[in-house]
Amino acid sequence: MTYIRPKFRHPELQKNKLGYTVDHYEGALSTLCAGCGHDSISAGIIQAAYEMNIEPHKLAKLSGIGCSSKTPAYFLSNSHGFNSVHGRMPSVATGANLANRDLIYFGVSGDGDTASIGMGQFVHVIRRGLNMTYIVMNNGCYGLTKGQDSATADQGSKNKSGNVNLFESIDLASLAIELGATFVAQSFSGDKAQLVPLIKAAMNHPGFAFINVISPCVTFNNNLGSTKSYDYVREHVEATATVDFVPQMKEISVEYGKGTHKQVVMHDGSVIQLHKLAEEWDPLDRQSAMNAVLNSKAKNEILTGLLYVNPDAHDLHHMINTSDVPLNTLGKDVLCPGSEMLVDINAGLR
Amino acid sequence: MAKNDKINDFVVRFANVNGTGSASANFLFTKAIFRMGIPVTPKNIFPSNIQGLPTWYEVRVSEKGYLGRREGVDLMVAVNPQSMLKDVKDVREGGYFLYDSSKRLHDEFMREDINYIGIPLMQMCNEAYTDARQRQLFKNVVYVGALAALLDIEFNVLEDLLSEQFKGKEKLIPSNVKALKLGIDYIHANYKYPLEFRVERRDLIKDKILMEGNAACGLGAVYAGATVAAWYPITPSTSVVEAFMDYSDEFRVDKITGKRNVAIVQAEDELAAIGMVIGANWNGARSFTATSGPGVSLMNEFLGLAYFAEIPTVLVDVQRTGPSTGMPTRTQQSDIMEAAYASHGDTKHVLLFPSTPQECFDSMLDAFDLSEGLQTPVIVMTDLDLGMNDHVSPPITFDDKREYKRGKVLDAVALEKIEKFGRYLDIDKDGITYRTLPGTHPTKGSFFTRGTSRDEYATYTEDSAAYQRNMDRLIRKWDTAKTMVPAPQVYQKKNESNNGILFFGTSQYAAEEAMDVLKSEKIIVDAIRLKSFPFTKEVVAFINSHDKVFVIEQNRDAQMRSLLMIEMDADPKKLISVLNYDGMPITADNILNQVKINLSTKETVNKVAEKKPVVAKVPTKKAVKKAVVKPARPAGGKVVKKAIKKAAPKKAAKKVLAKKKVAPKKVIKKAVAKKKVAKKIASKKIVKKVAPKKAAKKVIAKKKVVKKVVAKKGNKKKATKKRK
Ligand SMILES: Cc1ncc(C[n+]2csc(CCOP(=O)(O)OP(=O)(O)O)c2C)c(N)n1
Ligand code: SF4
Ligand SMILES: [Mg+2]
Repeated sequence: MTYIRPKFRHPELQKNKLGYTVDHYEGALSTLCAGCGHDSISAGIIQAAYEMNIEPHKLAKLSGIGCSSKTPAYFLSNSHGFNSVHGRMPSVATGANLANRDLIYFGVSGDGDTASIGMGQFVHVIRRGLNMTYIVMNNGCYGLTKGQDSATADQGSKNKSGNVNLFESIDLASLAIELGATFVAQSFSGDKAQLVPLIKAAMNHPGFAFINVISPCVTFNNNLGSTKSYDYVREHVEATATVDFVPQMKEISVEYGKGTHKQVVMHDGSVIQLHKLAEEWDPLDRQSAMNAVLNSKAKNEILTGLLYVNPDAHDLHHMINTSDVPLNTLGKDVLCPGSEMLVDINAGLR
Repeated sequence: MAKNDKINDFVVRFANVNGTGSASANFLFTKAIFRMGIPVTPKNIFPSNIQGLPTWYEVRVSEKGYLGRREGVDLMVAVNPQSMLKDVKDVREGGYFLYDSSKRLHDEFMREDINYIGIPLMQMCNEAYTDARQRQLFKNVVYVGALAALLDIEFNVLEDLLSEQFKGKEKLIPSNVKALKLGIDYIHANYKYPLEFRVERRDLIKDKILMEGNAACGLGAVYAGATVAAWYPITPSTSVVEAFMDYSDEFRVDKITGKRNVAIVQAEDELAAIGMVIGANWNGARSFTATSGPGVSLMNEFLGLAYFAEIPTVLVDVQRTGPSTGMPTRTQQSDIMEAAYASHGDTKHVLLFPSTPQECFDSMLDAFDLSEGLQTPVIVMTDLDLGMNDHVSPPITFDDKREYKRGKVLDAVALEKIEKFGRYLDIDKDGITYRTLPGTHPTKGSFFTRGTSRDEYATYTEDSAAYQRNMDRLIRKWDTAKTMVPAPQVYQKKNESNNGILFFGTSQYAAEEAMDVLKSEKIIVDAIRLKSFPFTKEVVAFINSHDKVFVIEQNRDAQMRSLLMIEMDADPKKLISVLNYDGMPITADNILNQVKINLSTKETVNKVAEKKPVVAKVPTKKAVKKAVVKPARPAGGKVVKKAIKKAAPKKAAKKVLAKKKVAPKKVIKKAVAKKKVAKKIASKKIVKKVAPKKAAKKVIAKKKVVKKVVAKKGNKKKATKKRK
């Protein structure tokens, strides 16, 4: 079956700087379960791309396999998409990025796709500092194969069949910080106000930007006893700060009330405005970010918001000194040494 | 035998310890002969080890230009005590054994039927050099000097090579030359020289080069415009990417900005490597990876994705001896099935089979053109022998007029003209559809690439008809591929015989030598060398127009034969396997033995084919036993100057059979003599020792097996698939 979104749109939808209304950023109609957290994240991505004035065709969306990995079909239909194989989105994104450094790379994965089968590629794409946004839609289970525990399921969490997870969970956010990701955030699919600015800031980040989004699976892991259910998450969520992302072209006009606030100025002059809620936490300090995550975990809290950012991140292209011109635009004239050079090469082999 | 038969026709084997610097000295020896205009072929026989284990380097010199391996060592340079017992045994009767006589040679290394040349290498180097590392290194150069005297290698050629090698480090030249001279002088003072076999300057090399296949693949990738390479280290493919790196340092660094027009990533494993390659190709960069069998196994899932989602992908498979880790530093052609049908579901992949460094280079250009032209993976199938050994090859050439064929890619202008873009619409009816690259057009041409079933507009569908239409189109594309891949080399304009031989890749060298011998014996066979898969019409015509086709390949399971049966419905009865799977490059003798047995017998084709493994194996152990002759000690560890009466290798071989593959006529006849074979097989012990289980079983139950095997091979594709 194919699903095509009905074309009717309200005539007075606001246009962004490029003259696109928000529907220009939508995708095909979702086939996920009604109420699935993943759909809310898709909506957040659409909103963020719209607000960021992104040319959809200048963005490539990539994913692995799973309910979460299906979502790129449901946003940005004017972008090229690549639904690869289970757990291997990072490598495909790496190759794509190396071929053309000028596009925005947006990766979507699930907790099974990332924390189990794809763990190897996940940690290595972080090490390489690939310039991409990597979102894990984390529901603590394998939605698409009907609800088995994933490696991010908390120890003691109960799934729909009543089974209690015996194993320690993998905390993707602290792992990402540990491995040197230069932008790490955590959020909740039900908190669009927080999620949208985080996605915007992530897309603007010049290195590897990771967002772990708790995204309840209404069908298999939304029961009592699950630590990834809507109810549980709402009760246990704690934010580091309220976040606002201010692109460089816009004047900073956001007013904050009382309380501490912090501005993180990004490489291009954009600003992340943080209205701090957590104490003893400095988003520019890796150690402090790590502590904040661990402390809240000890208190059974889910710490959300921006956790860590290094505004001066360098990406893979910088590290391996590739040409500023996208490699996929170079032609034979630049790439092929020509027959003349073979004279010397052959001579050296005689 | 005429006196000159021994000029430019011999085999020297060097037995060294891995990691002692012997490689450059041994290469100096090879290169000197090459420079004297004489065809030469070196083979590295090395362990999976960095330091300490035995390693051999075998050099065949052949006036006739036979560049395959040959059994029978005429001269052994034995400087590794660890392997000496084996090395002594491997010398042919009447051959020479050169050793370090600084210490007395133990009795157990003595044979009456070979000649000993003792040179006190260690002693000489200890006297001549003070530095410990130098003492070690120069031993190698001293024996090269000795060989120069024994074999008549021109001194100034060696000198020239040394000065080229040490360009920029001229200080090192005199000490090297000194070492050479030490060796030469010692021979002049103590031995009769030159030997009856030796070199003599010729002009047979012309403009040819001496190059490793892997280096040629790496260079080919540069010329083909590859900009992204991802890889995971594995012998014997590593040097493909290393060569690509080296040539990229030379040709891909922008002179003004200093930035690189290439991205090379060492991936975390082969899955990631092929994933990166697919991602880069999807995004319009030419990208490749190189690996060997174990890597291809890991890449299977991704290769299926690239096939089904139709993404260009170039992969070099430098095959080694499997299964599993097998013999990782030995050669084989045993990934054919694996590569041809990699991944689950109905998949097939385009394969190329180069057999010279020049063809490795060309294959990379072709691979990218084909892969982008067909939007599918192309696997360049080389092997360890081609990849890691130097080969005399025609020079590398590139036609500057040759443009990159980027296939059917729509740009923004083309998209503007289209009403509705359909990624998988077969507009040209050749099965190849139009693709677009990310970032091309703001509102047209975007689509969702996926490994799931989709319709012509790339929309997900589980509609059976749409799925089947797509699968059928992929077969249409496969048929188109048959018209695009390189045609085989057919050796005759018109058929001259009812019998033919078919081979590919590195078997070419031995096969062409075998053809020469057959011709000289007035046995006519036609020949064809495959260069690609799918099989083109020339291959079909060749198989159909011969009664018997010997399929020569370097694996146990006759994989190419299976492929011919599966893809062409070729009659199994007429495809006769000529196999070699001991990890060493196939030899002409081996081919000749197997072909002649078949042609000389009146039994049915299959019966004979089944017997062959036993024939090849039985003489082995026997020969080794016979070869252990009572030792004779040379006086004071020095010269055993033995009058060498024309040591006719053929005759000698009949008696000694230094190694398993030297199975000349007489022995084969013996082995074929049914009763004897039957007797051996009756004794279980011997069966176990002598023949691999399979072969033994086959022979024991002769009649049954013949039928079964035919049936089994017919199911090969299914069987192969199941295994995964
Ligand atoms: C190699 C391979 N193994 C197994 C599967 C089956 N499979 C599909 S999705 C999935 C798990 C998905 O879990 P997750 O990534 O958390 O996504 P979710 O559905 O929960 O969003 C599995 C095991 C597969 N597609 N490929
Ligand atoms: S199974 Fe769970 S994860 Fe999958 S779509 Fe349904 S609610 Fe979402
Ligand atoms: Mg999940």
